[in-house]
Amino acid sequence: MGTANTPTKITQGTRTKGGIGESTLRPDGTLKVTGEFAYASDLWHEDMLWGFTLRSPHAHARIVSVDISEALAQAGVHAVMTHEDLPAAKTYGLEIQDQPVLADGVVRFHGEPVALVAADHPETARRAAAKIKVVYEQLPLVVDEETATAPGAPILHPDRDDHHAPHSPHPNIVHRQPVVHGDVAAAQALAEVVVTGDYEVGMQDQAFLGPESGLAVPAEDGGVDLYISTQWLHADLRQVAPVLGLPESKVRMTLSGVGGAFGGREDLSMQAHACLLALRTGKPVKIVYNRFESFFGHVHRHPAKLRYEHGATRDGKLVYMKCRIVLDGGPYASSSPAVVGNAASLAVGPYEIENVDIEALALYSNNPPCGAMRGFGAVQACFAYEAQMDKMAAALGMHPVEFRQLNAMSQGSVMPTGQIVDSPAPVAELLRRVRAMPMPPEQQWLAAGETADVRALPGGLSNTTHGEGVVRGVGYAVGIKNVGFSEGFDDYSTARVRIEVIAGEPVATVHTAMAEVGQGGVTVHAQIARTELGVTQVTINPADTRVGSAGSTSASRQTYVTGGAVKHSCEAVREKVLELGRAKFGSYHPAWATAELLLEGGKVVTDGGEVLADLVDVLGGEAVDIELEWRHRPTEPFDLRTGQGFGHVQYSFAAHRAVVEVDTELGLVKVIELACAQDVGKALNPLSVVGQIQGGTTQGLGLAVMEEIIVDPATAKVRNPSFTDYLIPTILDTPPIPVDVLELADDHAPYGLRGVGEAPTLSSTPAVVAAIRAATGLALGRVPVRPEHLTGT
Amino acid sequence: MRVTFTVNGRPQEADDVWEGESLLYVLRERMGLPGSKNACEQGECGSCTVRLDGVPVCACLVAAGQCQDREIVTVEGLADYAKERTAGACGAGTCGPGAGISAGIGTGIDEARQWQARPTDESVDLSPIQQAFIDAGAVQCGFCTPGLLVAADELLERNADPTDADIREALSGNLCRCTGYEKILDAVRLAAARQEA
Repeated sequence: MGTANTPTKITQGTRTKGGIGESTLRPDGTLKVTGEFAYASDLWHEDMLWGFTLRSPHAHARIVSVDISEALAQAGVHAVMTHEDLPAAKTYGLEIQDQPVLADGVVRFHGEPVALVAADHPETARRAAAKIKVVYEQLPLVVDEETATAPGAPILHPDRDDHHAPHSPHPNIVHRQPVVHGDVAAAQALAEVVVTGDYEVGMQDQAFLGPESGLAVPAEDGGVDLYISTQWLHADLRQVAPVLGLPESKVRMTLSGVGGAFGGREDLSMQAHACLLALRTGKPVKIVYNRFESFFGHVHRHPAKLRYEHGATRDGKLVYMKCRIVLDGGPYASSSPAVVGNAASLAVGPYEIENVDIEALALYSNNPPCGAMRGFGAVQACFAYEAQMDKMAAALGMHPVEFRQLNAMSQGSVMPTGQIVDSPAPVAELLRRVRAMPMPPEQQWLAAGETADVRALPGGLSNTTHGEGVVRGVGYAVGIKNVGFSEGFDDYSTARVRIEVIAGEPVATVHTAMAEVGQGGVTVHAQIARTELGVTQVTINPADTRVGSAGSTSASRQTYVTGGAVKHSCEAVREKVLELGRAKFGSYHPAWATAELLLEGGKVVTDGGEVLADLVDVLGGEAVDIELEWRHRPTEPFDLRTGQGFGHVQYSFAAHRAVVEVDTELGLVKVIELACAQDVGKALNPLSVVGQIQGGTTQGLGLAVMEEIIVDPATAKVRNPSFTDYLIPTILDTPPIPVDVLELADDHAPYGLRGVGEAPTLSSTPAVVAAIRAATGLALGRVPVRPEHLTGT
Repeated sequence: MRVTFTVNGRPQEADDVWEGESLLYVLRERMGLPGSKNACEQGECGSCTVRLDGVPVCACLVAAGQCQDREIVTVEGLADYAKERTAGACGAGTCGPGAGISAGIGTGIDEARQWQARPTDESVDLSPIQQAFIDAGAVQCGFCTPGLLVAADELLERNADPTDADIREALSGNLCRCTGYEKILDAVRLAAARQEA
């Protein structure tokens, strides 16, 4: 207790290390580089069975009959289940419970789960599933807006009674959101230059590397424990428990190692299936999708058709915008209503346009189900409005960056939803920064010296050109993305924080249900605890449903919301620790009562840096343990007719400059560089922030030039469900990505931070396509841009 | 059939292997070495890259029967492999007995339940490339990491001072969905620089 009555000054060297703002390293790094990290597909249990899912070969069909007898008779098979074996709820869904756990009488997409098998070897389960005899009668398909709304169109959910149904213009439209602001008709008279365009975005896949996997273990109390890779444990719990007919208290979920997510793990995949098989067989059941099945087992990014019209005055001021965005949601609602809300409210982009008339809607169709993917409705809009910005700049004879800067929104701007942007919105500055970055050298294939390095050319090692026919182009784009869940959603998180003395050291423990999917949340939670509690040692407990919900690891929200919850709980713990300190040592020094006190370097210090006590002495044998919920400021739903409302809690912004070289003879594109400038409010972990920006940028590059799930329009069947045929960028496709991080604090957010993960995915795609347009002079209204689009073949 | 081979320096035997079983399945489900990952199982993503007699291969495309009497190095054995290479005790792919590989089957549920994020453990022996991946921020979700490490380690073994083009070429068979590859390049450059120092 020596320090209690002999105050000393805390020095730079004794401050807490590893707090916010430092590039501390991942706490799971060592396990991940040694192969010891337990991903969901690695789990094992004695006496474990393997589950397998039989899926529909048709996109829309009536199930005439199902015969499981031969499958059930196979040696090693323990159970075969169809919808008839479901004990309770037969459907699930994030917002609308319209998705069957197992097809009941009808299948609505290619790959829909029809039956389940549990067997003692994965191959046995696969072979048994192949023995299930299903007779289908094919039904007419809904594949686009025309077939969805034609007179006599098949209605995919004839009995729908969800809350969107009453105001939907057609039963095959999941949700429609208009946004109207100002007076477009009047503004059209002022417009001296008008540009219109039709745009199309293909169906992108999250393509996370770790396949959908989990292990369900039946428990003695009649419940089940599920070890699962997911984005939101409590949302899974809320959907799975009713399917099992169990109270939520008997379904316990623990996060297993997650190999990436990007929105693709928001919906259930095999969670309910594994639990059903485990409860049926009384044995642990593991399901691991292979890559083929993974393409059928999760929702994709909504493909979109967009029509835009912009009007501007001759001096370059945008005066009106009209657009219509049609998203294809596939047969089940998933998160389509929220995607529609985002597409509509962010359709104008980061620009000030007084008069807008926006309509966004999502269809029900027999194409693959679509839902959340990084960028969530804002990606599709950004591709179209940024193409329009270039078109308008060209029509006005202005530089595309200067035209954007002239119309850029800023703090205080009014969104088309009527919401005033009340934190920094440095759109013009981000464009300035990205434009100011040094350009990569011309003709890089010559840089090596006398011998041209063909690896630097489009086509690379295929040696398809030595520079002839190769032209360079430069393109710019900027985007706006909301952070967190919007439209009045109760977007809270929970954190339990404990501090105690272990082996003579103060140690903090943080327990949340946040899904660590690779984004680095576990790293920043430890940083926040160090900053708030002044301890070096922080343990992050595994995420499970024994602690309150953390909400989803999506919408760039976890550092904000669960980070906010950790901060909030740490502050409460700190107050309690200081109370203990005052009770023990308050009489020794007046500062205990009068000064602002902090925890720093394992000590209680005044805001002047004077040390009052060691935490070890304050705590003694006691532990302080507090669990609290935390909410950001509330949002409100958009008006269903006008789209007006304070719908989004925070916006984030990123800008890109793409430099590409195109072999115009073969239509091959090499992206030479993809520079990004982004405002992150406050970089809690600069290393991770840059990693997120580079990763998001690369997914946008993928959408620009290669990534698409190809659905045959005649059959609505997926043609390319494999990594052989669905291409994601390799290290050879991905250029250097220099990043310029801006930190303009948002006063409403913890530490002033701004969600980071999604914004870079938006503008990367249109920047690359703008650069290809600049190189080739082609209009290119569709992504991904394929060689045939460039060669006209 | 019975397959006898060496994994990370330790002689191993697998019984009742059926003809279609891949090396990846045998490593993950029979040897208790889940470090090699199962991301595409058709040789496109490189997540299951291991050394087979020194040569990097996708374990998903190698039939287990092809490994009879051959030497495998997985990510679990990378640190020992690198250490012995540095000591000059072996040529490529022929390192002597390694240590520290726990024989079990997969990751037990208790292990998984008790996993806790903890500060980087400096007491764990890592190869230079493993340490560089951590230090450079090249690990995010980490699913591609084991395959990338094996491929990058092999690159640095034959080319101590690779150019960026060399690194890109050597790692072009390994997909990563999280990082945008920049920090992976940083990691390989860092490991090469440290190797030289």
